[in-house]
Amino acid sequence: MAGDALGWWGVPLAVGAGAIRVSTPFLFVSLGEVITETSGRINLGLEGTLVMGAMTGYATSFYAGSPWLGVLVAGLVGALLGALHAGICSLPKVNDIAVGIALLLFGTGLAFFLGTPFVAPQAPNLPSIPLGFWSNIPQVQAALKVNALFFIGVAAAPALSWALKNTGLGLMVRMVGDNAEAARAMGYSPLMVRLWATAFGGFMAGVGGSFLSLYYPGSWSEGLSSGQGIIAVALVIFARWRPMACLWASLLFGGAGALGPALQSVGVTGGYYLFNAAPYILTLAIMIISCSPDRTLAGAPGELSITK
Amino acid sequence: MSGFARAAFGVLLPPLLAVVAALVLFGAFLAAQGIDPVGAYGLVWLGAFGTWFSWQNTLVRAAPLLLTGLCVALPAQMGLLIIGGEGAFVLGGLASVAAGLYLYNIGCPDMITLILMAAAGSITGGALIAFCGILRIKRGVNETISSLLLAYISIAVMNQIVEGPMRDPTSLNRPSTPTLPSDVMIGTIPNTTIHYGLVFGLVACLAAYFVVYFTKFGFAARIVGGNARAGRVVGLPVERMVVAFCFAAGGAAGLAGMVEVAAVQGAASADLATGVGYTGILVAFLARMNPLALIPVAILLGGLDAAGGLLQQRLGLPDATMLVLRGTLFVMLLGSEALQGRLKRLWPQRVQKPLPAVAS
Repeated sequence: MAGDALGWWGVPLAVGAGAIRVSTPFLFVSLGEVITETSGRINLGLEGTLVMGAMTGYATSFYAGSPWLGVLVAGLVGALLGALHAGICSLPKVNDIAVGIALLLFGTGLAFFLGTPFVAPQAPNLPSIPLGFWSNIPQVQAALKVNALFFIGVAAAPALSWALKNTGLGLMVRMVGDNAEAARAMGYSPLMVRLWATAFGGFMAGVGGSFLSLYYPGSWSEGLSSGQGIIAVALVIFARWRPMACLWASLLFGGAGALGPALQSVGVTGGYYLFNAAPYILTLAIMIISCSPDRTLAGAPGELSITK
Repeated sequence: MSGFARAAFGVLLPPLLAVVAALVLFGAFLAAQGIDPVGAYGLVWLGAFGTWFSWQNTLVRAAPLLLTGLCVALPAQMGLLIIGGEGAFVLGGLASVAAGLYLYNIGCPDMITLILMAAAGSITGGALIAFCGILRIKRGVNETISSLLLAYISIAVMNQIVEGPMRDPTSLNRPSTPTLPSDVMIGTIPNTTIHYGLVFGLVACLAAYFVVYFTKFGFAARIVGGNARAGRVVGLPVERMVVAFCFAAGGAAGLAGMVEVAAVQGAASADLATGVGYTGILVAFLARMNPLALIPVAILLGGLDAAGGLLQQRLGLPDATMLVLRGTLFVMLLGSEALQGRLKRLWPQRVQKPLPAVAS
């Protein structure tokens, strides 16, 4: 078979394919979190939202038979969790980072609890678009099977980037995030803007979660997420709150995450766990390089608690 | 009511209301699943505090929580939110296994080996969290995010070492390090099943309470926590204090890791990442970052942990049940911060007002 002859060439191919496949949840979570953080709030609970999204999406697809309905339900559940975060944070004296951790525990716990009956059954998965039809090498064909959600995410990045810069809604979100007092003086309610921005972030994280359970790896289990929700929050800082940079960063992180399994498939098993941790190491390294004690990060929303 | 009692009442009432609200909400959740909440809470009580057996189980589970709770509560005195205690926990456990195996093999006396194991665990964990403190000071990197990333990295490093250089060749399916000889394991308190790790935790909490509230150093730390700039203005060595508190915090979590391997698991493996580092965050928040209050809170949460098994056995509820309860508790508790100070203002003052004259 021609495929076996790929040998070491399989590594860059797998990394490229992995970059596309693994990056999709990163992309969705980080695009949502960009909007949330631009409004001046950080939601660390997106990991819990992601897991809840994965569970509810899978369950919906199992009962209704439609994976796309699952994606929608996952998004709505995510939006609900986001709104819960925003609601608690809008109370006085409440720390948004701590609430995020609490909702992380709550979301994962609830998903594990409600998801127990769905570990075994197989739900209909999302279809993929075979872009590798021109090749007769099975690995290439497998690598180029791309999910539609990836394209939606890729389209959403420039759209959000444009909307933040050029629409009244985008301006409002940015103003609330940079100076809540000024926004209030203009007659906007920072709490309401943040509520919608956090709910949007939750929606995107829910959709990102549904990708995990409905496409890759494509089933529901408790070990489904390996911290993608957390990495995505760090990724937003890495991308300096720019949606387009989130896209490139997601691809980079996806590729880094795919490196371990790709090397393992050609017999290099040495640093398997370390390669898995590559996105975390990368994020930390970038933060060490790009942060400074004297000034806040370039592009950081003025009201954001983690950079103030 | 005396002034002190009133203040204590004002401080304690919001979390108490939060706990009650969480129990009611969780009860409704259970009822929605067709489970009798009263019966379930009865089982939780039985499994956590109902018998001497369950008390011992609870205390054993509370022991690491005391130490990982300190990992959050100590930096919080200086206004830092460290959530990577899990990383210090696993690396501390791994380091103490390495130290224990090495020292045992070269024939070091058992007592000294145990002391050095504890030191190895604490120093490793301390170094990890101190690194977060240094990053905060030198590079302005947010310590919450960096400690969380380091926790994930630490777990990866631990797994790598367990599968690679420190792997016991006889552990086939589940890679682990060689098991510690029983001579260098921490024993149990006579006539109980409680290991001495509980004593470590209690002593550490008491010591931390003393340092924070009764020494000049602790007072200085709380000034910095209130306002770092004010601390600098009065000439406090803010940088060094941050590193010292972070080191102590990580040291506590590392010591918890040492206790976990030397009293419970006997070896380091992927099972070491048990999540007590994350539960410690909850413990510290519940205790409002007060080292002394960590003790009852850790016992409470240890009890919830212990009860999980019984709920699973008797009612067939999944493991995650306790996660849901824990999450609900945490969410309600943070929300109750909003009530802090408000109840105190509303409640007792109304009592003190003279009653209006009743016209007849």
